[in-house]
Amino acid sequence: MNRRTFLLSSAGGALAIGCALGPTGGKTWRHFRHTGEFQPNAWIRILADNTILFTLDRTEMGQGTTTSHAALVCEELEVDPRTIRILHAEANRSYDNPDKELRIQITGGSTSTAASWQPLREAGAVAREMLKRGAAELWSVPVGELIARDARIEHAKSQRSATYGQLIRQAAIQEVPKVRLKEPKEFRWIGKSLDRLDGRAKVDGSGTYGIDVRLPGMVTAVIVRPPVRGAKLAKLDDRATRARRGVHDVVHIEEGVAVIAEGYWEARTGADLLKIEWDDGHGGSRDSAALFASFEKLSSSRGRKTVRDDGDAYRSTSSKAIEAVYKLPYLAHATMEPQNATAVIYGSGNAARCEVWAPTQTPGVALWRVAEAIGFDQKQVAIHQTMIGGGFGRRLLVDYAIEAARLAVHTGKPVQVIWSREDDQQTDWYRPMVVARMRGSVAAGNIDGWLHRIVCQSIVADEGPDFIGALMPSRTPRAVRRVFANGPARMFARGTLVDSTSTEGALELPYAIPNLRVEYTPVETGIPVGFWRSVGHSHNAFVTECFFDELAAAAGKDPFELRRALLGKHRRHLGVLELAAKQAGWGTPLPPGVGRGIALHESFHSYCAIVIEASVSGNRVTVRRAVVALDCGRVVNPGLVAAQAESAVIFGLSAALKQQVTFRKGRVQETNFHNYRSLRMFECPVIETYLVPSEETPTGVGEPGVPPVAPALCNAIFAATGKRIRTLPVEAALEAMT
Amino acid sequence: MTKLVVNGKHVTVSADSDTPLLWVLRDKLGLTGTKFGCGIAQCGACTVHVDGQSKRSCVLPIGELDGKQVTTIEGLATPKQLHAVQQAWLAENVPQCGYCQAGQIMTTVALLAANASPTDEDIDSALSANLCRCGTYPRIRRAVHRAAAAIKERG
Ligand code: FES
Ligand code: FES
Repeated sequence: MNRRTFLLSSAGGALAIGCALGPTGGKTWRHFRHTGEFQPNAWIRILADNTILFTLDRTEMGQGTTTSHAALVCEELEVDPRTIRILHAEANRSYDNPDKELRIQITGGSTSTAASWQPLREAGAVAREMLKRGAAELWSVPVGELIARDARIEHAKSQRSATYGQLIRQAAIQEVPKVRLKEPKEFRWIGKSLDRLDGRAKVDGSGTYGIDVRLPGMVTAVIVRPPVRGAKLAKLDDRATRARRGVHDVVHIEEGVAVIAEGYWEARTGADLLKIEWDDGHGGSRDSAALFASFEKLSSSRGRKTVRDDGDAYRSTSSKAIEAVYKLPYLAHATMEPQNATAVIYGSGNAARCEVWAPTQTPGVALWRVAEAIGFDQKQVAIHQTMIGGGFGRRLLVDYAIEAARLAVHTGKPVQVIWSREDDQQTDWYRPMVVARMRGSVAAGNIDGWLHRIVCQSIVADEGPDFIGALMPSRTPRAVRRVFANGPARMFARGTLVDSTSTEGALELPYAIPNLRVEYTPVETGIPVGFWRSVGHSHNAFVTECFFDELAAAAGKDPFELRRALLGKHRRHLGVLELAAKQAGWGTPLPPGVGRGIALHESFHSYCAIVIEASVSGNRVTVRRAVVALDCGRVVNPGLVAAQAESAVIFGLSAALKQQVTFRKGRVQETNFHNYRSLRMFECPVIETYLVPSEETPTGVGEPGVPPVAPALCNAIFAATGKRIRTLPVEAALEAMT
Repeated sequence: MTKLVVNGKHVTVSADSDTPLLWVLRDKLGLTGTKFGCGIAQCGACTVHVDGQSKRSCVLPIGELDGKQVTTIEGLATPKQLHAVQQAWLAENVPQCGYCQAGQIMTTVALLAANASPTDEDIDSALSANLCRCGTYPRIRRAVHRAAAAIKERG
């Protein structure tokens, strides 16, 4: 079962959906009388002075949602997107993600443009039509003679014209009409590279990220969390800390020991003075090398679950099989802005209210988790979205928001919790570690057999409860919510239910291989895992696309040609594959020492092929060029899509070349950017992006570029050197080989 | 007590002398445009200018700054106009999440002050100490060239 379908169905289905009518549909007139604003739906407000406000209900993490969503609304509203004001939505069920499998207020799964494509355009069209009808009534002219353009309604015959702002009273009394959406050839903003609307605040220092929230009387908290997941506080001596100037208090909460001080530096240096002893428990013996060994051992026997079984893969690979074991490490998200949140409690007793400002991808999850953590009703809690310094899946978690709320209750003051980079590395929910054992066979120049065994942890087991809890109505009794939220997690952890995020991308292998089997064995390690940009695709595509090249080499075939031959009628796969190969000059000569590698992968309903050119000297890899071909359906903003493709290549190369989170005695060894390294500018290749022209509904953009990067790179390294890299990261693997 | 000039304004700060400039700016002076990324001079998010030189404010103790001129991202633009580097950043649509960009811009302004026509190699060596997890490097490179050209044109 699909993870998102599961989340939906496990909560019983019947949930409110943010549709074009939003919370005020039919009540527009009453709303106008109260506020003097025309608010035809949850996203649009028009004021008498012609100010147009658009409430963005997805998180802007850099992917450009602000700009693309504004374009969708404004296209139909007939307003220049550069003239409107854009606000971030608070947690509210009206802003649930319209993606039919998500349906909570969340930004993830590369769904933003795909899911909002229809509702946001409808929202704009409804507002426009109501304004037109209002004008028609006011001027006693037929609606059909009116034209909406640049926030005005015009009647050419009578030469009358009014701004939207002048028409809001009349518009607000109109029935909500049925609307016709524009034909693509009428688009003014969609399909054009509109400049980013959120640029200014990001170049002049004025933008407010979570860490920049300032409240009167605010104090700063630094939390010392257990160095080993699951460790318990054994002994605490906080005398030196309390004596430090600027430190207000030391508080022991569920998450760790919090030092409250007047500013970050006082809190951080105060925390350094704590004398803490931890009882590591059995987590203290976790060790990456041992974990890899145990995963590898598990991969030698049949998988617990078979998720796909075509033909007879066991028989076809019984003789002359090619076997390979691939290993991928845990990965941290390492968002540029460390985790943080700010909270304050106003009032007391039943009138108490908790306000939280958080750079989060899931206000919908934050709302219920915060309420539950501090024993408030959800209606006593408000979650304010801030600007967000990178998400990559890390900010689907809300641990930082819960900490801030707890400390606000404790101190009675506004509190900002700030994580250091070290905290962030140590207490992440990592991309799962994976061992995959592959067995394949070739016959008559084709791939005949393919057996893929995946050993990894379930992400839904760890993160599922947050989402299931958020799906349930706000008045669900606490105990009931807990049972429903936590129950299924155990089943995923043990593999009673198959977590599709473990097998996605391996399961849907598009190549025509007569005997193909995919097996999955879930494991539990006690190390929390989470969604990391492109999720299961991030590891499965590496394995499938590298092993495909291994079999192509065994069959004596060109890896591009063999892919093409085995794709059959997969039109969109073929489209990107051929486009990437053509633009990269596949088959043309390269300078000595440089190799070319190709990889193809479908994820989030988009198709991406990448060709990488790389060379190796010692353990140093130089990537000189990356050619990306992407089919993401109709493109709302080509400039933003290109930026995401560049981002995906750099993000993917950072992970493939350099990154791993390893454990020794239960402790994370990669503590900051010096040993959890990312690509730097001098290592950045030339990146070219080519988009397949398409009329299909828009699909994912933020993630689909990531999965093909690592395999294209390792296939290029093989072409350049004859060395087959099966363990990531590459630099460490090369070092181990020499 | 440390006296310094921040974005043209004289300020007096009372903080322990080992307090890094970053936290003085953010917590005591309310200038939050300068960002915290690593705290160990590895990412460049906290880059500011001290007497015109680009510096990592997360490892710069306030005690060493008596009488110095500090410029932060908030001090680049005039009320009327963004700095040429900021304009180039917008023209090339550089920022994604934007969190690293104050640091990238401050590093670039210092680079262009010292080298009016940087080559790609010059840009790489000046900016490789500034991390961007969103991967905006190709656009930063273009924006630096654009800003250099614009500054030259204006003379
Ligand atoms: S915060 Fe100063 S270099 Fe990273
Ligand atoms: S724009 Fe996000 S870290 Fe650079």
